[in-house]
Amino acid sequence: MMGQGRLAAWTVGLAALVALPFVYRDPYHLHILVLILIWSFAYTSWSMMGRFGLVSLGHGGFMGIGAYVTALLWNHVGLSPWIGIPISMAAAGVLALIVGYPCFRFRITGHYFVLVTLALSGIVLQVITATRDYTGGSLGYTPSRTLGNKLLALQFDDKTTWYLIALGVWLVGIIVWHLIDRSMSRYALEAISEDEDAAAAAGVNVTAEKLKITLISALMTALAGAIYCQYQMFITPDTVSGIAVSLQMVFAAIVGGLFVSLGPTVGAVITILLAETLRIGFGTRAVGWDNLVYGVLLVLFIIFLPKGILGSVLDRLKPQRKVPRAHEQEAVQIARPGA
Amino acid sequence: MLEVSGLVKRFGGFTAVNNVSFKVDQGEILGLIGPNGSGKSTIFNMLSGTLVPTSGSILFAGHEIAGLGPHRIINRGIGRTFQIPRPFRRLTIFENVALAGFYGQGRHSRAKAEEAAERSLAMVGLPTDRHASVDGLGAAGLKKLELAKALATAPKLLLADESLGGLDDAEMDQAADMLRNIRDQLGITIIWVEHIMGVLMRVVDRVMVLDHGEKISEGLPSVVAGDPRVIEVYLGTDAETTQAAAAEARRRAGG
Repeated sequence: MMGQGRLAAWTVGLAALVALPFVYRDPYHLHILVLILIWSFAYTSWSMMGRFGLVSLGHGGFMGIGAYVTALLWNHVGLSPWIGIPISMAAAGVLALIVGYPCFRFRITGHYFVLVTLALSGIVLQVITATRDYTGGSLGYTPSRTLGNKLLALQFDDKTTWYLIALGVWLVGIIVWHLIDRSMSRYALEAISEDEDAAAAAGVNVTAEKLKITLISALMTALAGAIYCQYQMFITPDTVSGIAVSLQMVFAAIVGGLFVSLGPTVGAVITILLAETLRIGFGTRAVGWDNLVYGVLLVLFIIFLPKGILGSVLDRLKPQRKVPRAHEQEAVQIARPGA
Repeated sequence: MLEVSGLVKRFGGFTAVNNVSFKVDQGEILGLIGPNGSGKSTIFNMLSGTLVPTSGSILFAGHEIAGLGPHRIINRGIGRTFQIPRPFRRLTIFENVALAGFYGQGRHSRAKAEEAAERSLAMVGLPTDRHASVDGLGAAGLKKLELAKALATAPKLLLADESLGGLDDAEMDQAADMLRNIRDQLGITIIWVEHIMGVLMRVVDRVMVLDHGEKISEGLPSVVAGDPRVIEVYLGTDAETTQAAAAEARRRAGG
């Protein structure tokens, strides 16, 4: 339950975040904030599954579908993103069910589930690259600039508008996280992540519960991809889909903290600041370094701080643990399924 | 209320349960005994939906349930405990039971599930405190939790799988009394699988004995305990221990 103090803290924090772009207008810094918010939303979406031991490396695929389907519908059919985004989300949702159902029905868990989803990421990347006549392939793709109504085209020039949109979407992600955290579905999914047979013996429809959370996670990730595309107005297969993007989600969620609502957001702050610092400090010489640093960080975190930065800080502040000690081991298991 | 006929389960070339038929009446406690590997747990797993029978029929309250998924069978009113307790350690004791109360009763209302959890925890004698961790429970506590989870699903028929393994004598008697209370107070029919024959014989109304996947005897505890076939397969052929055990079983059954 949310106490008075926490509610007040959230209200004040949110008011400050909403007021920020009206007080502080540095476009570069706002740009970084928008990126952080959009990626936070994507990482939060991933963590909805990840926190229950469903480690997906397929989320790059969902994100790519969100971005490309929206942009393709706009450029080729002239369909407004207001309709294109729901369609792209539905497409990602259908794909999630097609991949998820056989996995869950036939109990493909742990390493094998990771491998299946990894293949999904790879396939989406390959399809985007292979259909270069439509998608521009690895050179990237740009939604056409609208000459008409900017709202209809979901294209805005000023950073403040985008900041507020990204903030709203991010907030939706956090709210959904909390709704699930406080629902009976969390009990069921925690139970499933420990022991599927015992969960079934308690009456849980294991396949349905797993499909439900997978669907929610995929829909949200596709939305993140679409919003990213509308904001950047330029997407490439490597920036919105594929295995690298999927891995980045895992890094960020684990580094920030998988079991707390703001953990993935902390992860996004760290990964994006890191990438920007490397880009500005070292320029083109540092291309790809961020991935190297993520890799090293991930290894260190899994060993020394499995609950992530925010999770560990909150634990220190709290006199009494809400979760048992065994939980920390779980975090390691989630990062290394089957270990 | 439960009518099993011609139940068969094969794993490859091995027949774990061979043509077993039996009936359980409303309000009865049926004991199911037999040596290790005699097919008791396999029968339980088929009744609860964890395993699909190779052939045969399981009628529960007049409906065929053989081959239904476990969550469907729970929702029809058959609850189970596991031989080795399987608590969810990432949830509190209360959440463990509330989960079963919610999903086991067809996901109606959270308030109802939490009520069921409180009732079940009180019934088995566990604290109803909402924050107590499973890690604080010992062997006896985990068995109680297992039972509370099954009760929270509001079963009409409870499948209790070797619920006394690993307990001392006093705890065993206590647990046996609890099963009887569950039947007497809640009117729940029980099938009880147990290794420890003495305690079982004292509580059950009827007992069924399995060996190598086949039913070899069935009837009142005092009669079955004296059945030479049962004594031979279940207690071994060593004359002295056999007689002592049979005497003990009769004494327990009588008392």
